[in-house]
Amino acid sequence: MTMQPASTEIASRTAAIIQELKGLEGPLLPILHGIQEEFGYVPQDALPVIAEALNISRAEVHGVVTFYHDYRSQPAGRHVLKLCQAEACQSMGSDAIAAKLKSLLGIGFHETTRDGSVTLEPVYCLGLCACSPSAMLDGEVIGRLDDEKLNEIVAEVRS
Amino acid sequence: MNAAFDIKSLVQEIDYGTPASEAEQQVTLTVDGKSVTVPAGTSIMRASMEAGVEIPKLCATDMLDSFGSCRVCLVEIDGRGGTPASCTTPVGDGMVVHTQSDRLDAIRRGVMELYVSDHPAAWGEKAGTGASEFDKVARTVGLTENRYGVDGRNHVKQENGVAPGHGSLTIDYIARDESNPYFTYDPAQCIVCSRCVRACEEVQGTFALTIEGRGFESRVSAGMHEAFVDSECVSCGACVQACPTDALREKTVLAKGVPERSTVTTCAYCGVGCSFKAEVKGDEVIRMMPYKAGKANHGHSCVKGRFAYGYATHKDRILKPMIRERVSDPWREVSWEEALTHTANEFRRIQYQYGRTSIGGITSSRCTNEETYLVQKLVRQGFRNNNVDTCARVCHSPTGYGLGQTFGTSAGTQDFDSIEQTDVILLIGANPTDAHPVFASRMKKRMRQGAKLIVLDPRRTDIVRSAHVEAQFHLPLKPGTNVAMLTALAHVIVTEGLFDEAFIRERCDWDEFQDWASFVALPENSPEVVGQLANVDPDDIRGAARLYARGGNGAIYYGLGVTEHSQGSTTVIAIANLAMATGNIGRPGVGVNPLRGQNNVQGSCDMGSFPHELPGYRHISGDAVRAIYESLWGVKLDDEPGLRIPNMLDAAVDGSFKGLYVQGEDILQSDPDTKHVAAGLAAMECVVVHDLFLNETANYAHVFLPGSTFLEKDGTFTNAERRINMVRKVMEPKCGYADWETTQKLAQELGLDWNYTHPSEIMDEIAKTTPSFAGVSFDLLDRVGSVQWPCNEKSPEGTPIMHIGGFVRGKGKFIRTEYVATDERTGPRFPLLLTTGRILSQYNVGAQTRRTDNVVWHSEDRLEIHPHDAENRGLRDGDWVRLTSRSGETTLRALITERVSPGVVYTTFHHPDTQANVITTDFSDWATNCPEYKVTAVQVGASNGPSEWQRDYDEQAKQSRRIAKLEAAE
Repeated sequence: MTMQPASTEIASRTAAIIQELKGLEGPLLPILHGIQEEFGYVPQDALPVIAEALNISRAEVHGVVTFYHDYRSQPAGRHVLKLCQAEACQSMGSDAIAAKLKSLLGIGFHETTRDGSVTLEPVYCLGLCACSPSAMLDGEVIGRLDDEKLNEIVAEVRS
Repeated sequence: MNAAFDIKSLVQEIDYGTPASEAEQQVTLTVDGKSVTVPAGTSIMRASMEAGVEIPKLCATDMLDSFGSCRVCLVEIDGRGGTPASCTTPVGDGMVVHTQSDRLDAIRRGVMELYVSDHPAAWGEKAGTGASEFDKVARTVGLTENRYGVDGRNHVKQENGVAPGHGSLTIDYIARDESNPYFTYDPAQCIVCSRCVRACEEVQGTFALTIEGRGFESRVSAGMHEAFVDSECVSCGACVQACPTDALREKTVLAKGVPERSTVTTCAYCGVGCSFKAEVKGDEVIRMMPYKAGKANHGHSCVKGRFAYGYATHKDRILKPMIRERVSDPWREVSWEEALTHTANEFRRIQYQYGRTSIGGITSSRCTNEETYLVQKLVRQGFRNNNVDTCARVCHSPTGYGLGQTFGTSAGTQDFDSIEQTDVILLIGANPTDAHPVFASRMKKRMRQGAKLIVLDPRRTDIVRSAHVEAQFHLPLKPGTNVAMLTALAHVIVTEGLFDEAFIRERCDWDEFQDWASFVALPENSPEVVGQLANVDPDDIRGAARLYARGGNGAIYYGLGVTEHSQGSTTVIAIANLAMATGNIGRPGVGVNPLRGQNNVQGSCDMGSFPHELPGYRHISGDAVRAIYESLWGVKLDDEPGLRIPNMLDAAVDGSFKGLYVQGEDILQSDPDTKHVAAGLAAMECVVVHDLFLNETANYAHVFLPGSTFLEKDGTFTNAERRINMVRKVMEPKCGYADWETTQKLAQELGLDWNYTHPSEIMDEIAKTTPSFAGVSFDLLDRVGSVQWPCNEKSPEGTPIMHIGGFVRGKGKFIRTEYVATDERTGPRFPLLLTTGRILSQYNVGAQTRRTDNVVWHSEDRLEIHPHDAENRGLRDGDWVRLTSRSGETTLRALITERVSPGVVYTTFHHPDTQANVITTDFSDWATNCPEYKVTAVQVGASNGPSEWQRDYDEQAKQSRRIAKLEAAE
């Protein structure tokens, strides 16, 4: 029931974010966003600090963080590529696209290339069903994926 | 007797699925053609159960609020579309509900089929017990097929080479978590109904569990995906009790199978007095299941009561009587007859040689009321003196004195349920989350509903701030300043006009109030002066006083941090003054409530265990009271009070006290100033220890009589709310006799004509002679479950709340509370103040809990010290430190924490090798001799290992525990 002390640096940067946001109603999600922005991911060491500050349990913070896939437990690559794997895209061949992309990048879902250039993630619907199969690169959506577009994407993230 | 409980079957309590509604308005509806009337707001599920129609369910249970996630409890309602969940749909007047139809059957089967498909290879009776609620529901809905397979991975295709884990598309296997010594968590069997998570939150209030991830990845997680034992989990077991599958299951049940029969009984740990079903297979307890009908605990428990019963069958238990000439000799096992004859002869010899008052007895707060009554009867009738005392001497004797003086009764004023109506809790010198965990959970629940908390404690205990609860005020006062602090609170209440004049004029003596008010209003009692003395912010004192006086129903709960001081009785009086001044007494939600430490410390006090009192707190000098017993027992009783425990020890050292019968108390470890206790015991000629184990006191004993556990006897315990609970025999006494039988045999050897055949007859004698117990009988307790004394003609089913309409003593009495600092002062040699306490997983001297797997959580006593004080002394966390006081020294390891203020150190006394009481002094309460455990001036320094005393003690203990081989004895 004892915790390893959070590394002091993460703890102090986390504390500053909490201090700024804890007055909000329902401050947990904004704090987590702030932390992800600060560190590029949500460090595990930040969670007990949040729990202590908001007077909730570590379990509760963990439950919330893991519920949202967008909160990362590791830093992402320089680019983040999200490939839609939901029903409409699947019907338009997103499985094959995924396989091809994985082989081009040499990584699987939830992995980052060794050079840190790109992280590949599945996503469940970008609201672009009419342009399936679709993807999102660094926040920009891309529709009607085909081999050519894949090559362009790979070239861009590798550059 | 107990006919209803002699049936060898499993006591099954009905699960109504959702909690009862408190509404007054009644609603009538029809369920499957049966008409049923229930309070408005009741769920259809509960109403159906009350009509005798059980609706299948998985995520609902009546200990928890409805959740509506499992979709198995669906029903049809005439005039409404769809199939609403019966757990979340409230009843309506004239509603017509159908719980069975082809459509419902098909939906339920479909839902169960999906669950089973997601229950990897576990559905089937191999993985779990085959007797879980889940298994039963699968059978109930007639599930016969599973078209989805059982590998649990068919919903989303798994890609080769993709690492499982966070964000994986598949449900990946997570190994069982066996880290908790008492239960297993097997994620593969989990259906994510959240019952465990909700039990941890709603019932226990720890919030240690969550559902991590989402969708098919959703799992129950302890802490941040930690092993249970490393997480925030306090192992209360509420989650295990709530789990409808075998995902969370007691290891004993998995290893030994489902229990076959059960007996409703009462826990033998703390003063909460939880009711349990002791569930047994063959002659072995498989699990202790909290009893929902138990009025103290309402189906909840803590790690001690639910899991730590293994001591009852521990190999260290001594099952044969033993005697020896000298304490340096090894023990010699003898027959019961020889042991008892020897004891009787020795007691008679000593009395002949040294006089009638040279022997005495100590009753146990661990034993039943009936057993305690017999020990004091043995002393008074058999020894013909009043040299009887009890361990309450060292804990709550000031409560008896203080509340007796002010209110007229020596007990708490409320029942535990009263907390549900409390608005402000004033908690003084008590650490309920560790020492009274089940009641602490109810306090925390009430706080989450909005009640406020004020804590007076030198330490920042868990309840001051933990998930979802936080005290409005924590006054971390310096140990030993209780009286000054409480008087300062009174000062604010009086000088700011926050007292309840109407109440005081009606219920108390107005002149006495005015005298008291003029005293507390003196400038030296102001928060500004006291704050300086006690090291507390005066504004906090004022804020706390205002909140208690004007925050609605104010209830005071206190513990040993109040009583175990040189001014313990004064503090209790100060507490009573506060309650009277603010009118917080005599109705639900208010009151003054000591949290009693031991299962039957209230009962042992009630039963006449004190040297000056006969049962029911009637003074021994009263001719009329003595006459009752003299005519019944046929002897003349001594009208002078006898010796208290410390007086017995002093007399022993002086050579006038030579023989002692100690039932179920380890005075050497639990009483203060160990060296003095040891000297007293060593000076006696016949020390008889009647206990489960060769405890520390037994190192100085000449006779050892094996004791019986609470599982091995019938009787009653009285908890902190004056509730008399039944203790029922679950198994035969391993040593042959229940403790009451042993005492009776000893009495018979001493020539007394005792012929009790069952403890119920002892209770009948208690009822016959004690007005406040006049209505109590085992028949009544079997019928109504439990009663709170006074139970007599005026209140035939007991008294949940006392002093309604007026105080027992007539007018409530205000008494001045002059603060007199203890003689125990800090100074250059001993600059720190030591205070002592308890921890959740261990109990008292640890004789029981140290013999269970609870040592996983607390394997040694540690010294809590503030980082500043540690740094000054060059101490690091975990270092061995030497703790020295004017009385003695010991060594233990340091735990550096900000829970204690600078200048204060803290430790527990659960482990005999630490010997915390070597350090404590022989200062004691002025009125009752209750020792001052909570304040000792000490010094702390680095150390390399055990002190000389610890080494000598160890050696002596080892020598003293030798038991001779039978051949060698002759």
